[in-house]
Order: sequence, then structure tokens, then C-alpha cells
Amino acid sequence: MVEFALPANSRVQPGKLFKAPAGADKVRTFKIYRYDPDSGANPRLDSYEVDIGHCGPMVLDALLKIKNEIDSTLTFRRSCREGICGSCAMNIDGTNTLACLKPIEDVKGDIRIYPLPHMPVVKDLVADLTLPYAQLASVKPWMQTQSPTPPDGERLQSPAEREKLDGMWECILCFCCQTSCPSYWWNAERYLGPAVLLQAARWIMDSRDEMTGERLDALEDPFKLYRCHTIMNCTRTCPKGLNPAKAIGAIKERLIERRG
Amino acid sequence: MTLRTPLGRARGLGSAKEGVGHAWATIVTAVALVPLSLWFVVSLIGLQGAGHAAFVAWAGSTVNASLLILTVLMVLHHAQLGIQMVVEDYVHNAAGKYIALIGSKLVAAFLAVFMTVSILKVAVGG
Repeated sequence: MVEFALPANSRVQPGKLFKAPAGADKVRTFKIYRYDPDSGANPRLDSYEVDIGHCGPMVLDALLKIKNEIDSTLTFRRSCREGICGSCAMNIDGTNTLACLKPIEDVKGDIRIYPLPHMPVVKDLVADLTLPYAQLASVKPWMQTQSPTPPDGERLQSPAEREKLDGMWECILCFCCQTSCPSYWWNAERYLGPAVLLQAARWIMDSRDEMTGERLDALEDPFKLYRCHTIMNCTRTCPKGLNPAKAIGAIKERLIERRG
Repeated sequence: MTLRTPLGRARGLGSAKEGVGHAWATIVTAVALVPLSLWFVVSLIGLQGAGHAAFVAWAGSTVNASLLILTVLMVLHHAQLGIQMVVEDYVHNAAGKYIALIGSKLVAAFLAVFMTVSILKVAVGG
């Protein structure tokens, strides 16, 4: 449902200030959303002054420095630190992106960091992604065939057929696009969202898959697919430079194509 | 609070197996409205300063009356399709949603008939 204001227990309060150590020469302030479900308190925005002269170049480096040296209670997901695992997806400077791919110097002024928008928050910068994961499972993102596997090798695909998957297989499921989409904010329970539809398209376009029609049947729905109004936030925010809106458009084209 | 599994929530009531018809109708009416809108605006500019009799004569021609009716029908069909989208996006209260959906379609249908009859009356000199 559309919401014009945060619920009372989600309103962000001013938080603590962690001053930079004496002698720090290159200080940037990180304003970070903090929420502890066990405390019963509202979320707050803590400020950390970080000496980025002694820190790696990316926002994730600063978060790790904060956690290691300033405040070990700060909670966030991270793993590969090179933009391939999708764990450190968060809202930085007003845009969903990966903390490990976002250079600190690209942000002017204070660096504001929030969890992925409009999702339940588990703690601090950790959003609850249970629903998007379930939505992903619902589109059966694996190859489905009736023909038996060739006895002498793998299922073949021409280079041209393989090329059709470019721009889709690279998705790392960070859900930056999913949680940037206003249609998903208002109808998350019914709209599959750009990340999941990109995965659905990836299997619809795969020449080896034999369930294209069934996949299209499952998507032909005013909410599951047609809540996409080509707002394009998904494409603008994708940290991997992919175009989920184009993939959704391709699904819609297939649905029109099979009508006549 | 629900103890339903996440996959159960995600699958919901399943696919309605429709939506492409709505999308196609939106595209067709939008495409139709490009030339129709241009024709309408250019015609009105051409009639600037003209009197009532000139307007009636213009609307009375078979081609102009047909195009006017077509414009009205396309605009209203396109509008009610768009309103349906907006209502489905933002109105989640079941009663409010169905009142808005049914109401907007009935209003569009009434306006379509009313405007068509009005144009015909002018066209046939009623």
C-alpha cells in the first residue's frame, strides 16, 4: 500500500556522534541507519567521523573500519568485497548500490547509508529479503525440459542463442533494483519485481529451456508482471549496469507475440 | 502475523492469465491518439476566431464527426485503462478499490455515449 510517511515506530531519530581520533587528517562523516530490534527503540542515525586517509577507497572499506575500530555493534552483510556476491547491497547517498563498488570520493558531503528501502529491517543495514527470495523460487529459475539429457554430452546452444542471455546471466541477485522500484514498494506481495522478472526472462530466453509457454502463463498477470510501469529506477540503480526494464519489456513482447 | 511459508505468500493466488489484453489495448489507443490528437489540435488552431456557425459546419462534416467520435472513444478508453492501473497500484482497501474501478469504467462509458450522441446531434443538425 502506498505510504506517505513512515510508521511511528520506524521514524528515524538523531543518534550518537563518534568523533574522529585526534590527529586524523582526512575526515569524512558517515551517517548510518541503526536499528536494534531487541531494544524496542526507534531507528536512529549515528554519525561516524572516519579518517579515510587510513582506509580503503570504497564505502565498504569504511564500514569495515567502523566495525573494526570504532563500533563493533554495527551490523551489515558483506562477503566478496568485489561486486560479485551482492551481499553488501544498501542505500548509499540516496541510491541502492553495492558498498564494495561505491567509491567514497563519489559522494559529496556526508555519506548517508541506509538499508535497502521499503523492506523489513533485521538489524542496522540488514534488510529482510525473505520475500524476494521466495518470489525468485516461484519463477523456477532453473532449466526445465521434457527431452532427456543427451547421452553423449550437454544440451547444446548456438553462439547466437547464447548471446540472448547476455545482460541477464550477470545478475548477482543483490536486489538493489527490486527495492528501488516504487511498484514493488506498493505491491511487494503481488508484483514479482525487477530482479525476479529479470531471472524469469533469463529462462524464457534460454533456447535450451522447454517450458517457455508455461513460464509465460505463470507471469501473465496484472500484478506479477504488469505492475511494471517502466519507471526505470531498476536500470538506473543496477550496480552491475544491467537493464531489468528491458528484460521485462522482452517478456511483455513475448506475451503479445504469442497472441497472434 | 502469518505462518504461511514465504513461497506460499509469493505464489499467492497464482496467475490470472490476463493482463496482455489490457497492455495491448493501452498501446493501440495510444498509437491511435497520436494522429487523432494532432488532427484535433491543428483543426482547432484552424478554427481560431471562427464563429459558432463555422464550428458547427466543421463538426457537421462526415469525416470530422467520425474523427471526433473516434477521438472521444480512444481518449476515454485509454483514460479508463490508465485509471484502472492507478487504482490497482494505490488503492488496496477492497471496497474502495472496487468502487473506484467500477465507478471509473461506468463514468467512462457514460461519457462515451453522451459525447458520441452530442457530436451526432451537431453532425445531423439536431
